[in-house]
Amino acid sequence: MSVRILAATTLRILRQLRHDRRTIGLLAVVPILLLTLLYYMFDNRVFDRIALIMLGVFPFVIMFLVTSIAMLRERTTGTLERLLATPLGKLDLLFGYGIAFGAAAAVQASLATALAYWLLDLDTVGSTGLVILIAVMNAVLGVALGLFCSAFARTEFQAVQFMPVVAVPQILLCGLFVSRGQMAGWLQAVSDALPLSYAVEALGEVGAHPEPTGTMWRDLAIVAAAVVVALVLAAATLRRRTG
Amino acid sequence: MEAAIEVRDLVVHRGRRAVLHGISCEVARGSVTGLLGPSGSGKTTLMRAVVGVQIVKSGVVQVLGRPAGSAPLRRRIGYLTQSPSIYADLTVRENARYFASLYGLGSAEADESVRDVGLADAADQMVHTLSGGQRSRASLACALVGRPEVLILDEPTVGQDPVLREDLWQRFHALAASGTTLLVSSHVMDEARRCDRLLLLRDGQLLADDTPDGIRRAAGTDDMDEAFLTLIRAREEARV
Repeated sequence: MSVRILAATTLRILRQLRHDRRTIGLLAVVPILLLTLLYYMFDNRVFDRIALIMLGVFPFVIMFLVTSIAMLRERTTGTLERLLATPLGKLDLLFGYGIAFGAAAAVQASLATALAYWLLDLDTVGSTGLVILIAVMNAVLGVALGLFCSAFARTEFQAVQFMPVVAVPQILLCGLFVSRGQMAGWLQAVSDALPLSYAVEALGEVGAHPEPTGTMWRDLAIVAAAVVVALVLAAATLRRRTG
Repeated sequence: MEAAIEVRDLVVHRGRRAVLHGISCEVARGSVTGLLGPSGSGKTTLMRAVVGVQIVKSGVVQVLGRPAGSAPLRRRIGYLTQSPSIYADLTVRENARYFASLYGLGSAEADESVRDVGLADAADQMVHTLSGGQRSRASLACALVGRPEVLILDEPTVGQDPVLREDLWQRFHALAASGTTLLVSSHVMDEARRCDRLLLLRDGQLLADDTPDGIRRAAGTDDMDEAFLTLIRAREEARV
């Protein structure tokens, strides 16, 4: 790994994003629109709970999709093979995506969180900063899983299908629809194995406690560990030599 | 002098099909070697093996005295893939600067290689707005930018107008004169005469490894296309 190459790769990915104005617009606006929709759907107390979870779920889903398509493009246009024939290290590329899209997610999460607190009266006992921190961690989780899953898709059609496969079960089982304590034992076990469950639990802790709790830090550590595992798996899918 | 590229008994399978059947050849340092043959003859596979991105079944490929694909070679070898592999959602300049940065080079070097391929006027254009020929030159700029000692160019002149093609070939020879080793593939026989040496490939086998003059003399004709045909027939008769 080289700091210089990592920095250049991160900047290159951000430049690509900057040239795509429509994607930037969608990244900024979509979470805000969806939160507004939730605001009018639910009463205050229910909104507080759901909006808080959504602030964590949106970056995860969106960055998963964006990354898996971006990485698939690297594979199909031949730029990946070309990069791997240069001094670039695999981790330079993977971390470059993580940092670039993590930064984009930080901006996105800040906008959505600001709107939720100021205009939609979102109320949490804990601090806004922690909500953003968890949202960014979720985005990075989405990036890492996207980098890994892109290896199993040959076309964009296939890549978008991984969204329901990877993201939807995590959303269904994270405790948003049914609280995890009320799930059948085996469902709970599945939920325990899915990283998003911990991210959502961490957000719940911020919603209920004024100070960061031990559970919250433990949950964040678990999500971080899941990121590392996904990145290691993603690195294993990057082959310098192919048939 | 030690050869820049040395291939011995190279066998490559893609899927169940054998694509290269035991190729052996050498490419001298500071020369322009043409790799010619019809589409599907194994040119790209051979080039990929030299770059070190191709899984090989057996045989040896050495570049600059090291096994192809080994880490220290990655900064000494430049590779132009057949279809332009650059970022369509960046400008030409941004692409060149990114690839320059991978070799620790700055924007001056990047801008120079953009000029070298005749794209100075289009430097700030997004790659997806370029014509096919411009796009492949932008890709070429990214292969040249690292100042590699060995350049593997897969059909660099396809779709270029004759004037530009002439320019590019002059540039290739200038690079060779300064010590760079170039392996250039083409399926246009007309380009063969511009090479110092030729490798003729057909169905994954080496038909000839000679200078253009030597090949013409062996085939008894001045026309490259005809020389190629003669060599194929001679090979087939020898087999019967």
